[in-house]
Amino acid sequence: MIAGLGVFVDAARFLVDEHGLVLDKTREHLLLSGAAIGVALGVAVPLGLWLGHVHRGSFVAINAANVGRALPSLAVIAIGLGFLGFGFTNVLVALVVLAVPPILTNAYVAVDEVEPEAVEAARGMGMTPFQILRRVELPLALPLLFAGIRTASVFVVSSATIAAIAGGGGLGDIIFNQASYRLAGIVAASIVVIALAFGADALFGGIQRALTPRALRGTSGYGPGVVTAVGVVESEAAQSR
Amino acid sequence: MTGGGGGGPVIPDFGAASDCVTENRLFCPDWVRDNWGDVLQPALVQHMKLTAIAVVAGFAIAFAAAIVAHRYRKFEGPFSFFSAVVYTIPSIALFQLLVPITGLGVLTVEVALVGYTLLILFRNVLEGLRATPPEVLEAAHGMGLTHRQTLWRVELPLALPAIVAGLRVATVSTIALATIAAVVIPEGLGRPIFIALRAYFKTEFIAAGVLAIALALAADLVLVGAQRLLTPWTYARRVA
Repeated sequence: MIAGLGVFVDAARFLVDEHGLVLDKTREHLLLSGAAIGVALGVAVPLGLWLGHVHRGSFVAINAANVGRALPSLAVIAIGLGFLGFGFTNVLVALVVLAVPPILTNAYVAVDEVEPEAVEAARGMGMTPFQILRRVELPLALPLLFAGIRTASVFVVSSATIAAIAGGGGLGDIIFNQASYRLAGIVAASIVVIALAFGADALFGGIQRALTPRALRGTSGYGPGVVTAVGVVESEAAQSR
Repeated sequence: MTGGGGGGPVIPDFGAASDCVTENRLFCPDWVRDNWGDVLQPALVQHMKLTAIAVVAGFAIAFAAAIVAHRYRKFEGPFSFFSAVVYTIPSIALFQLLVPITGLGVLTVEVALVGYTLLILFRNVLEGLRATPPEVLEAAHGMGLTHRQTLWRVELPLALPAIVAGLRVATVSTIALATIAAVVIPEGLGRPIFIALRAYFKTEFIAAGVLAIALALAADLVLVGAQRLLTPWTYARRVA
């Protein structure tokens, strides 16, 4: 136990002594994760929302998550190494591949499950399909949509650690290099990764709160007890680094 | 070709394989054929073993903990907290952190893998048990079932879909994490990937990566099948 505490003391010292290195690697880590989350959002959110809006492609949208969940990140990065070689691009593509499924599935389910009465009422008021999506379905879909985004972002931040083996940089450079940085470095870098993961979750939680119309605040619509296909996605994606 | 010579892996490397392999083209089927028995298949089998042990042990712990937490609510908080903390530690780091404690061996890997399954399995078993409708519990009570009988004959069967759903997630994520175990032990499908890194050998990257993905998908399918067999009623009802 005392030895265990010693590791944390060493880690704290590492964070202070090597703050230049840690900051550099944190910046790389954030750049990589941010780019991956950005691309994944750009691809998966519009596609998922649109598929949910037209209630089509449920097979693809639902199974995307099941397949995506089954993808070991190291395996995806390895295959990427074969096709794209070392470096940022390979790792970025791999992280996007891993991040798209939970976002896509949740976006689809979120819009698909909006009560038809609400949509009909909107149509009766003369709203166009785009207005219905933008002003009725999207606000109601926010909790589930963001559950997927938050899961994916935590997942990307932690998976980005593995990126180091493929030359993607980031905090994995420290974690993988025990020979140079010792356990203290590994613990220190891990603590930063964990903090970044929580930070990403908190960031998107904040965005979600800001986007939610006041009338809908306080209703999460997404209880922790949900053990549907979506609930599984939610509980899973924090893992799989 | 089927020569029973002792130095199996050496001969094929000089044979027809060399062109594709020496030029390090994208994918050389001949390399896969020649190294299946010595490299890929053992790694696949080790991977399955690592996963099976971790999921079985993790399930035993999480199941027992969930039953306790179902009976004594106070137990839920501490166990949830513990398993959630473990869950957030990056896997490469946890494997390396455990080495000083549990040694450079399978034990280290299994401890870490089991640790990662706990949160998912505990949560799913417990939520499954808690989801029993109150009317059903009342009916069981009215029929004179004891606590224990209610648990085993009513609550657990009704919780099966949630439990199997948890097992699916736990198995698939354990397969993913077991690839990283190769950081500390020379086993599993991560090993060929790490070896391929040294020489940047594309075929081995792709072969091992595809195998790991195939294993995860296959395990998921098997568990879906098991879920259908065990809980036919959920599929009669489910439409969307």
